[in-house]
Amino acid sequence: MAVRQYATFEVDGQYFGVDVARVQEVFRHHDRTPVPLAPPTVAGLINLRGEVIPAIDVRTRMGLPRRESGDPMNVVVRDGDEVVSLLVDSIGDVSEADDAAVEPPPTTITGPARDMILGAIPQEGRLLLLLDVSRTVDVNQELGREDALA
Amino acid sequence: MDGMDEIVQEFVIESHENLDQLDRDLVALEQSPGSRELLSSIFRTIHTIKGTSGFLAFGRLESVAHVGENLLSRLRDGVQEMTPGTTDVLLAMVDVIRELLETIERTGAEGEVPVDTVVARVTAVIEGTSESAPTAEPAAEATAPTLVDVAATEKKPARKRAPRAKVATAEVEVEVTAVVAEPVAEVAVEVPTAVAAVAAEAEPGEAPARRSATESSIRVDVDLLDSLMRLVGELVLTRNQVVRSAATQTDVALVRATQRLNLITTELQESVMKTRMQPIDNLWSKLPRVVRDLSNQLGKQVVLEMHGKETELDRTLLEAVKDPLTHLVRNAVDHGVETPEIRTAGGKPATGVLGLKAYHEGGHVVVEVTDDGAGIDPEIIGRIAVKRGLVTTDQLDRMRREEILDLLFRPGFSTAAAVTNVSGRGVGMDVVRTNIEKIGGMVDVESAVGKGTTWRLTIPLTLAIVQALTVECAGERYAIPQVAVHELVSVDTTGPGVEYVAGAPVYRLRGRLLPLVRMDDALGVGGRENTGPIFLAVVQADGRRFGMVVDRVLNTEEIVVKPLSSRLKGAGVYAGATILGDGRVALILDVQALARRTQLAAEAVAAVEAETEAKVEGTATDTVRLLVASVGDRRVAVPLDSVTRLEDFPLSAVEHVGHREVVQYRGEIMPLVRLGRLLGSYDEAPGESLPVVVYSERGRSVALAVDRIVDIIDGNVDARSDLDDSGLIGSAVIQKKVTEMLDVRQAILAADPRFFESADVHVGAEV
Repeated sequence: MAVRQYATFEVDGQYFGVDVARVQEVFRHHDRTPVPLAPPTVAGLINLRGEVIPAIDVRTRMGLPRRESGDPMNVVVRDGDEVVSLLVDSIGDVSEADDAAVEPPPTTITGPARDMILGAIPQEGRLLLLLDVSRTVDVNQELGREDALA
Repeated sequence: MDGMDEIVQEFVIESHENLDQLDRDLVALEQSPGSRELLSSIFRTIHTIKGTSGFLAFGRLESVAHVGENLLSRLRDGVQEMTPGTTDVLLAMVDVIRELLETIERTGAEGEVPVDTVVARVTAVIEGTSESAPTAEPAAEATAPTLVDVAATEKKPARKRAPRAKVATAEVEVEVTAVVAEPVAEVAVEVPTAVAAVAAEAEPGEAPARRSATESSIRVDVDLLDSLMRLVGELVLTRNQVVRSAATQTDVALVRATQRLNLITTELQESVMKTRMQPIDNLWSKLPRVVRDLSNQLGKQVVLEMHGKETELDRTLLEAVKDPLTHLVRNAVDHGVETPEIRTAGGKPATGVLGLKAYHEGGHVVVEVTDDGAGIDPEIIGRIAVKRGLVTTDQLDRMRREEILDLLFRPGFSTAAAVTNVSGRGVGMDVVRTNIEKIGGMVDVESAVGKGTTWRLTIPLTLAIVQALTVECAGERYAIPQVAVHELVSVDTTGPGVEYVAGAPVYRLRGRLLPLVRMDDALGVGGRENTGPIFLAVVQADGRRFGMVVDRVLNTEEIVVKPLSSRLKGAGVYAGATILGDGRVALILDVQALARRTQLAAEAVAAVEAETEAKVEGTATDTVRLLVASVGDRRVAVPLDSVTRLEDFPLSAVEHVGHREVVQYRGEIMPLVRLGRLLGSYDEAPGESLPVVVYSERGRSVALAVDRIVDIIDGNVDARSDLDDSGLIGSAVIQKKVTEMLDVRQAILAADPRFFESADVHVGAEV
């Protein structure tokens, strides 16, 4: 049985995990340049050591309420050739879990978040939700614009 | 290797690339028959092959490509339907072309490759006689297995080639070349992304291997240089940051090291850019032969004069400019320069002069193609454009000369009366423009009937670093590629300037209405009331000119273009992003895309211009559009439909004929009456210039001078009184101010008593 490591973070009181292999780095608040006319989920562009990468607000993406205070953290993930930063509330530890422990996503999850959860791992009184990175960063799907872009 | 060999070599490499594209397109076409886009793409490819083979004197190749092009042009224009048989024939044609190219590559000549059968088959399809079983002629036989391959591997390709560009990875690439089984091709399969490796290994030895090597080594070179260029771009930005922070330091050693870093970086940047630069002569050296062969073929006498051969251009750009430039040259010989008989009859020397000129100008390279031929007659262009349904007669009437000439760049426009072997199939100027704009350049044309034509390409020096104007809008900075910016105008919002027509803001720039786009509105970040002066960047794109209203103009600087994440392509108005000196990201605007967003405003302007220039027809409705002007301390309104034009004359332009004031206007003497004097208000506003309202009819014009044009409004003239005064027909409250209605007829008569003599018409003054 394979044991995987998950980088964990918190968004609106919920606890998420992403396969560490997908995570490039994590850093604090960073200057963002807004992108007018882009989907609202795109929180801006970040200069990451000379590369321009988009930042995607996980709250907006999941239809959760806006962040009221405090600067978000950046979880920089790779999706194919692209590097995208996910804006989250706070960063947690790296958590290990056996693949066998992964359960199907709870049926209580509704809204846009439903499509982005691969599974759930129960852990000491809380549920670690495994985030589907590719779906999360696919902001065009959010607007149903794949056709327009094809 | 002599010069000719090199040309042939390049042609073969390029054509092989084209054929790969062609195979993909043809296969895709079978899935979506009748796709005009695909047909156009195939058509252009064949057109290019035909053109080049023509001047390299590969007669067989040209004849095959020529019939193929004929068939494709019929398919593209919908004259003929696409059938499976048609695809077979097209593929057979492509295979024969491939075979010819391979023979040329091996032997330098076309050899004995039979082409008659395929030509006959294509001709048969065109004539609709029959397309039964593929014939058993040797050429067709040789290609038959390949054909099967293509059909069978549509979904699961026999082999995927190393992706040459990321764009292509999503598509199914079908390898159908004859070299399929060769070892070099195998290498390409094993090395997934590094095309570089293939190139490095292959030695230019025996013919087949050399082909594959040269094919990829060129691209690899550019890729490597691209990444080198990118790194240097990073270095430049980092250097800027270091230099900025070092400026505040007192550590002498650090300051000294920083200076050194500064120098080295600059030098490195220049060197790297230089490695990518090639003199434009690399392109031009092929043109004398093009011109010679073409002029012989057409029975014309043309000398080619070249200036600025040594002007250097980024290699990638040079490649991109090659086809457009060749097309312009061929076009100039074909359509521009007249035959010796016509030239002599017109008093010109029998030999025409075709000039090529390249020079640097403001961070760009300008390439001009000039001929001293017949020139382009806007009337003919206009007529054809109407006939082709590109514009309506109404639209045409309102177009300026340059706008009419610009129609040449519309897709589907071709002026050649007959389809010749040379040009004139509607593939052409639109492709030229598309290709040039793709690399961030511009193309325009100037022409004088009987004197000649100049085509001007403005090309950026390099793709990676562009000159850009940085502006501020809603607190954020944006970069606009300098090539699109014509001028910057600062407009005082308190003075005359910005007007609203049909709700769309316009600015009267030197007498022409310039549609304005507020950048904050266009980007949906609006919500700002501007009280100070506003700044207009006058930009041109898609042949349309508009003014972009920005909050502040910051700087002109070189920026390093970063590709934008594919996730943001949907926004559609950005050409990329860049990192500014302070490390913040700024978006680069795609002016072309923004131009398309301004369509609405432009249409509104066109509508108003139509209205303004329309003949007076009287007004029936209650709501009339009024031009409000101030005269002394009074406000005077004129129905807009009695106004032909608004002009601004310098005071010094006012001359006297007898006791009357006149101005010279469009080569005529136009009587001028100052409304202030007519209405008995003599305290004229001092000023350098005199805004006038021009009223024209049947070739006669008069100018009514006012102090200031205030506004154009939709007047609801309910609240009016008939307090009559000399020269007025009443007054009304407009925009909370009492505004007097001018008796236009009387005012005109005051300026020109004989104005209405020829035909007494009713002037729409009774509002």
